[in-house]
Amino acid sequence: MIDGLLVGAVYGLAAMGLSLIWGVMDVINLTHGAMIALGMFGMYLFFTATAANPYVLLLPILAIGLLLGILVYWMAVHWVLGRSQLMSLLSTFSVNMMVIGIGTALWSTSPYNVNFTLKGITVGAYTFTGNHIAAACSALIIALLLELFLYRTRMGRAIRAVADNREAAELMGISSTAVLAIAFGIGIALALGSGALVSTLFPFTILSGAIYQLKSFVVTVLAGLGKPLGALAAGVLLGLLEGAVTPFIAVSWIPLIEFGLFVVVLILFPRGIFGRATA
Amino acid sequence: MIFKRPSFWLTFLLAAVFVYLPLRANDAALREDLILVAVAIILVSNLNLMIGYTGYVNFGHIVFYGLGGYVGLYLVSVRGWHLPSAAVAAGIFVSICALLFGLGVLRLRGAYFALATVGILVAVHAFVSNFDPWGRSTGMYLPFEAYEPLGGAMHALWVTYYLVIAVMTLSMILSLVIKRSKFGLGLFAIREDEDAAVVLGINATVYKAIIYSVSAFLPAVAGALMFYKNGMIDPSIAFEYMLSIEGIVMLMLGGQGTVIGAAMGAGLYERLRSYLLTSPRLSNFHLVIAGGLLLVVVLFASSGLIGWLYKFVPRSREVIE
Repeated sequence: MIDGLLVGAVYGLAAMGLSLIWGVMDVINLTHGAMIALGMFGMYLFFTATAANPYVLLLPILAIGLLLGILVYWMAVHWVLGRSQLMSLLSTFSVNMMVIGIGTALWSTSPYNVNFTLKGITVGAYTFTGNHIAAACSALIIALLLELFLYRTRMGRAIRAVADNREAAELMGISSTAVLAIAFGIGIALALGSGALVSTLFPFTILSGAIYQLKSFVVTVLAGLGKPLGALAAGVLLGLLEGAVTPFIAVSWIPLIEFGLFVVVLILFPRGIFGRATA
Repeated sequence: MIFKRPSFWLTFLLAAVFVYLPLRANDAALREDLILVAVAIILVSNLNLMIGYTGYVNFGHIVFYGLGGYVGLYLVSVRGWHLPSAAVAAGIFVSICALLFGLGVLRLRGAYFALATVGILVAVHAFVSNFDPWGRSTGMYLPFEAYEPLGGAMHALWVTYYLVIAVMTLSMILSLVIKRSKFGLGLFAIREDEDAAVVLGINATVYKAIIYSVSAFLPAVAGALMFYKNGMIDPSIAFEYMLSIEGIVMLMLGGQGTVIGAAMGAGLYERLRSYLLTSPRLSNFHLVIAGGLLLVVVLFASSGLIGWLYKFVPRSREVIE
């Protein structure tokens, strides 16, 4: 149950990236899963090469994510903004296919893992693994930093301004293209970061990203669009739910429950459970 | 009248070619290649009803095909039904499911609907993987005797091939009929501007639910036929997410919203994919190439091959639709 809570924080982090991009430029980023997978493999490669502490390695991975995101923005997203939603879905998906294709060619689809364990903490009869705690803490710190960035810095304000009204922001002298590129970069960096954290918890393959992408969708929809902290909370909620039901039913039923929930929430609360009913 | 439209006759010409080619040389390998193309055309034509006509992206279209396969195989192997009745029953069952789902899910617009379709695919996959009568994650196998009513396995392969070609022809004709009907015009109106369509008296939710259900029928029949032909089914083959997405690539490649374009895209992409998968040097990169192709089409030629044709040979608009 507590484990679920801790893993949930990582789900939340993954969903924050999706939610940010969605909220700012109204693009559903289907490269998300592939980017999470890249984060996993990035962590694996760095860790096997340097044997440094994975939580330190998180920083270069986030930086790479930012650059990669800006690159993908230029390649596939910039040209389809303002066209029908189908186009942005398809263009991000095509990038997803290319990344997965290259990943499969490089690493096949066999499982990898990052061999790193922190000492756990024992409270009474329960032991919490150190990796889970550290991952959850990292996720929380990144989430708080993002919140600070969005609300306390010039760039963050520019991002929110562009999200609110792109034309008005342009008139105020904000270069919306650069802002969008950076917002997309941050979104991708969050995806890579969460992937890197997941890789310290569970074994993974190049295709694992898809599962976390789907969970991110569930979380984003639960939280409502473009609400990073809401996404974190909803992620924790989803993690708790997983932790709570696992003792009673087989693990293979979990997707059915999650996506049943997802579809029901979509229909009943199109603005998300935490979303306010404003226009 | 539909009989005056050249595309109607083109459809039959295509079917005739499909029937004649493998028969001429009694070539089973060619038949197996063509049946894959035919299935791709069935899936893409019906996907086109959602994406091209109504403007709603269905990422989980393959769920109809897989579910149809399961129902069909279950009826044949456990209940002892004959193939044709089992296939039609599978189609009807899946259509009704789609109608019920659709009435709920299609309240959603645009991207939300697209995400919900992914949810449906994953949920159905998870359900079938845990469903005892359908063999959970190991799936179901057909006993060899199941082919007896069609005159043994060898003969049954040819019969299912012709049935698949018939379903393919029906799919294309269905698309043509809907395109020029009042119902089809309503769908186009929803695609262009749903709010305006509602104001003009189109019951958008019902229209969308009906087309969602209609687009489920023939893929489900095709699924029942194909999995009968293969003799086995399991959840990861039946509900392959990638295949669902490749359908969208095919549609974009050929030209969404057009009947012949959808078929052309399906045929071309299917052949390209088989070529890439069998070529030793490129087989690892088939996703990369497909992805690059999709990106190029989306960025530079969003109306697909048919769009080009229309642009350079404007008269072709009247002939090919």
